[in-house]
Amino acid sequence: MELWFTERHTPNVKFSIKVDHQLYSGNSEFQRIDVFDSKEFGRFLTLDGYMMLTEKDEFIYHEMITHVPMAVHPDPKNILVIGAGDGGVVRELTRYSSVESIDLVEIDELVVEVSKKYLPTTACRLDDERVHIYYEDGVKFIRRCENKYDIIIVDSTDPFGPGEGLFTKEFYGSCFKALKEDGIMVNQHESPFYAEDAAAMQRSHKRIVESFPISRVYQAHIPTYPSGHWLFGFASKKYHPVRDYNPTKWSMIGIKTKYYNTHLHTGAFALPNYVEEMLRDVE
Amino acid sequence: MTELSQVNAPIYEALRKFRRMRVVPFDVPGHKRGRGNMELTEFLGEDCMNVDVNSMKPLDNLCHPVSVIKDAEMLAAQAFGAANAFFMVGGTTSAVQSMIMYACKEGDKIIMPRNVHRSAINALILTGAVPVYVNPDVNKQLGIALGMSVSQVEQAIKDNPDAKAIMVNNPTYYGICSDLNRITDLAHAHGMLVLVDEAHGTHFYFGDNFPLTAMAAGADIASVSMHKSGGSLTQSSFLLMGEKVNADYMRQVINLTQTTSASYLLLSSLDISRKRLALGGKEIFAQTVEMAEYARSEINDIGGYYAYSRELINGDSIFDFDVSKLSVFTLPIGLAGIEVYDLLRDEYDIQIEFGDIGNILAYISVGDRKRDIERLISAMSEIKRRFSRTGADMLSHEYISPVVTEAPRKAFYAEKVSLPLDESAGKVCTEFVMCYPPGIPILAPGELITPEIIEYIKYAKEKGCQMTGTEDINIERLNVLK
Repeated sequence: MELWFTERHTPNVKFSIKVDHQLYSGNSEFQRIDVFDSKEFGRFLTLDGYMMLTEKDEFIYHEMITHVPMAVHPDPKNILVIGAGDGGVVRELTRYSSVESIDLVEIDELVVEVSKKYLPTTACRLDDERVHIYYEDGVKFIRRCENKYDIIIVDSTDPFGPGEGLFTKEFYGSCFKALKEDGIMVNQHESPFYAEDAAAMQRSHKRIVESFPISRVYQAHIPTYPSGHWLFGFASKKYHPVRDYNPTKWSMIGIKTKYYNTHLHTGAFALPNYVEEMLRDVE
Repeated sequence: MTELSQVNAPIYEALRKFRRMRVVPFDVPGHKRGRGNMELTEFLGEDCMNVDVNSMKPLDNLCHPVSVIKDAEMLAAQAFGAANAFFMVGGTTSAVQSMIMYACKEGDKIIMPRNVHRSAINALILTGAVPVYVNPDVNKQLGIALGMSVSQVEQAIKDNPDAKAIMVNNPTYYGICSDLNRITDLAHAHGMLVLVDEAHGTHFYFGDNFPLTAMAAGADIASVSMHKSGGSLTQSSFLLMGEKVNADYMRQVINLTQTTSASYLLLSSLDISRKRLALGGKEIFAQTVEMAEYARSEINDIGGYYAYSRELINGDSIFDFDVSKLSVFTLPIGLAGIEVYDLLRDEYDIQIEFGDIGNILAYISVGDRKRDIERLISAMSEIKRRFSRTGADMLSHEYISPVVTEAPRKAFYAEKVSLPLDESAGKVCTEFVMCYPPGIPILAPGELITPEIIEYIKYAKEKGCQMTGTEDINIERLNVLK
């Protein structure tokens, strides 16, 4: 018997992982949630059939979306994380003793419950006393925040479905308002490779550029996401991600990482020409 | 044959049956189930093209219904509590015109609020009827025209005892209702027909706790835009009639201007939507109201904006309010409604129903999703943060009383001359000047052009309102009586 999980990366491209067995399947008010176990990637979580994370490569995504802004900001204390019910971003954040408060806003309570039960690799630090979980639409939550956070991490799903609102200009504008005067917002920025993902990437870049004085994009290599070439957005009110970066200071904290390092930090902001061009087109 | 009930949709059922019969078409339409126009078929879908068919025996004929359309109209009448109902395929515009053409002949007077839809004034040109305008009360703060107060209607009846009919908006575009019960009783006591424009009131018939409907108030004829809150396709509507209306004569009136090739896409959409509302309307509109109420309270929380509701009710010119409407007063943040309307679309990819000088209206329906409501609220919050200013030179209100000097038909067909806007003061206009939305006339044929009106036209143009109705597409000149 062969059981395969398949996701269409485009109407003409499929990506499959051989499944050993399914651990969970359920529907929340917002989406279908599945957890599988596999030989190659370990456990993996899908929402509405789209890959969210695998145990084998989640470290790349979570380290890159977390440590890049944390290393640029000189003194990040209050952090807001939107989406990320799997707990991966929170796990990375709790490694900083200087962080005082982490607000996690996840629209779907069931994602958190399922992650706690089946994905201990990422959900392991959700019980940290600095973490406050709000089950709410991120678009709504942030509307009421003003001058409150040092860093906002937007760990969204795709620009369709429940995460749609997290790719809109009204949301990015609300994030700007919610950040302190030297705040940084980092977001999951889709991929530049396949046409549809690239269009979404350009759309969201355009909206961020219009909302923040500094807006740069950096990349990472994530094997289980469409094309494997993934981008993150770095939007900031004051600090430039490379010029205002102090690698020695970050190294002194002594956090051990698997993917992120101080050279990679700078290198990640160097983008292929075709990506630079796509970004310039909308700037 | 089993008796029909609201679970039936006779036109829809006949079309499904017809599709299974695979009849070979040697009649119009010439696209022949879409095969003759593949690009269109690919765009609209085969299922849609398959039922774009002509009147024929198994599908009945809208001009002279004897079978499935007749049955569907009977079910619609039942659902709306009317004696008779007609399916309309020329929009509510055609329904409004038909009811006026039924009630009035040339020279007959009809009492109507100034904030009637342009379709009503167009009907005056068609019939030659003469309008007696009741000036609606204006809410000075919001700058919106309200309902008709009963005392004003009483006065109009007293001054014009020969009027044939009274027209009432139920509700207005902004969701405001007049005292339909008392106006109906007054009109009937003086032998006048009551015609109700319910373009924005379909849901009153099906949801709980909504304002009174025309049929329940005992009004004679009502035009209902099923395609607005009722969920049918654009351009499809119902004309409802009470006991005393001669439906067979009404059909003749409708057939004066309605197509003889009624679209079965429109007819079936009316049929299916009526069934849906009759069976599930209570729940559908409870959800709609819940979303509107939520949005209202969140928008009021932002500060500056005023999303108004039932607190406006004053027992007369605001006798009732439709809480499914999300109308918001925007001037306190220093932006005209039309500016907020444009910003929502240009900056945030959100299209709302309309913006006027002081207000916007977002149309809420069961098709909305909670997350889209959140986007709308956030976008409005952002607009306030990014664009708000202190509003100095705002006009206080936009309602201007008309001075009718000629019957609309006479002015429309009279000898005329074109003058630049600035030179037209003091002349009698022979055409419409409409401000879209909300589509209420600033000038209608036969009305005096005043300096105040010219100033308003310039202001609305500058604010980006879409102005229509004039022969000069740029509204720099007006046609006036020679």
